[in-house]
Amino acid sequence: MNALATSKQKTEQAGQSRSIGFFDRHWKRIVIGLALLWLTLFFLLPFLIVLKISFANPIIARPPYTPLIGEDGRLQATLENFSFILSDGLYAYTYLNSLKLAAISTVLCLLVGYPMAYGITRTQGSTRLILLFFVVLPFWTSFLLRVYAWMGLLGNHGLINGFLLRLGLINAPIQMLYTDFAVYVGIVYSYLPFIILPLYASIERLGDTLNEAAADLGAGPFRTFMDITLPMTAPGILAGSLLVFIPAMGEYVIPALLGGPDSLMIGRVLYDEFFFNRDWPVASAVAILLLLILIIPIVWFQYINGKHQEEGA
Amino acid sequence: MKKRSIFLISSLAFGFSFLYVPILVMIAFSFNEANLSTTWTGLSLKWYQKLFENEQALKALMLSLRIALISATFATILGTLAGLALARFGHFKSRLFLAGMVSAPLVMPEVITGLAMLLFFISIGGLIGWPSGRGVTTITIAHITFSMAYVAVVVQSRLSSLDQSLEEAAMDLGGRPIRIFFDITLPLTAPAMMAGWLLAFTLSLDDLVISSFVSGPGANTLPMYIFSKVKLGISPDINALATLMIGTVACTIGLAGYLSMRHRASRGSGDG
Repeated sequence: MNALATSKQKTEQAGQSRSIGFFDRHWKRIVIGLALLWLTLFFLLPFLIVLKISFANPIIARPPYTPLIGEDGRLQATLENFSFILSDGLYAYTYLNSLKLAAISTVLCLLVGYPMAYGITRTQGSTRLILLFFVVLPFWTSFLLRVYAWMGLLGNHGLINGFLLRLGLINAPIQMLYTDFAVYVGIVYSYLPFIILPLYASIERLGDTLNEAAADLGAGPFRTFMDITLPMTAPGILAGSLLVFIPAMGEYVIPALLGGPDSLMIGRVLYDEFFFNRDWPVASAVAILLLLILIIPIVWFQYINGKHQEEGA
Repeated sequence: MKKRSIFLISSLAFGFSFLYVPILVMIAFSFNEANLSTTWTGLSLKWYQKLFENEQALKALMLSLRIALISATFATILGTLAGLALARFGHFKSRLFLAGMVSAPLVMPEVITGLAMLLFFISIGGLIGWPSGRGVTTITIAHITFSMAYVAVVVQSRLSSLDQSLEEAAMDLGGRPIRIFFDITLPLTAPAMMAGWLLAFTLSLDDLVISSFVSGPGANTLPMYIFSKVKLGISPDINALATLMIGTVACTIGLAGYLSMRHRASRGSGDG
């Protein structure tokens, strides 16, 4: 009987066996079903609602937008929210400014993170484990508090200005907090661990043999780095960059705490549009457009990630 | 060090100072007597005293801890199911769909997730009368949703790194799938589930943006309280709070890291 049940299970025809119960026959479906149900209900459906509201007209009522199907049963979708955003200079500027801030921060993260990741692969044993531990530790500490820590350093009465004033290098405090500079510092600081780990993994996988071969053939360290290390670690560079770029694009906390009134980022504008202007359709359209901008990097990242997992398995 | 390069050592020194100096400065100034963060006037614990007398902050902390405990537990259950399906069920029909849905919350900007969840709660609240208002319940559901994705990734990668021979052997011996799951797969997955639970707990405790969207009147989580205070500038009692929170996390993670390092060392395999 058991042997029969086993063979039936193996051929995925366990449904015919009477020796095992309903749960045994359908447990895989139940496991998949529960996970899918939750994510569909609380993740996919909300996005469809945002999509729907982005095509609605704002009205003064509860809820403050027109239904998709009017009382006469006709579809009343409008592209007005999108054309408003695209024709309004401020929104266009904000999207471009977010792209600029996210792109420059990503490059800065690479410039700081790559040598660090490379340096960690040059260490051994417990030193390496301890260094990696200190890269990972910030993941576990509050993001908000780490951003806040910079307010105490960068402010006009902050530590850096106080230090420079005491040294006599400056006569008046430099405005650093509430500028784009502070936003760059905040993003690089917050996302640096995200970029070091994939970089470390790809440099580590590369190993030493190719570098040694290049050195034996007479290539200098710079040449070896440009011709071998850099191209061979390109997947790690790409994965790490996307891990910084994607969340930085939609960042809210960093520009809200460290940025000035003109360091506009799309996440902050979306937040304000929703909470202060109470314009749900425009806020939804802002979100849909941001998603459209990010869809290429997101799919790209999923592709790299999927490929990496296949290789790892 | 295989090759000591001055460039690499100095970039490591620079990088780690960049990562840790701001935190250390914040910790130091939480013991400062003065209001300003420029001048050191003397050692004092008055900001800690002020913090413990701050009922608003303590209430927010208790609420955040409650939400984090519940959401991390549910996220661990659901995330383990998703991770198990992705790692062990081979190729099933909805696999690509599930994989996409699990990784989407990881890369989605928080403002979009927060907005989507809020509009969802309002819409179904209007349709079926649930949830009747926004607050602890809606925050908890939102936290379960984004943190289960993290748990799923942790569990999936743990299960994929283990070979399936034990489960297959039990299957060949005629074990019931449910018994095999509880007797073999679950104990193998337990460390990943623990790590996933801790991650989900931390993420929930730290979340500001999504909570702000889906919260209602009266439900102020700790990050929401901190944010509303520091938006106006630095305040020394927040330094004290930050020191306590970061200290707790650093000790916990440090201990966990130390134990796993010793465990690894005792097994004699140095490669991580």
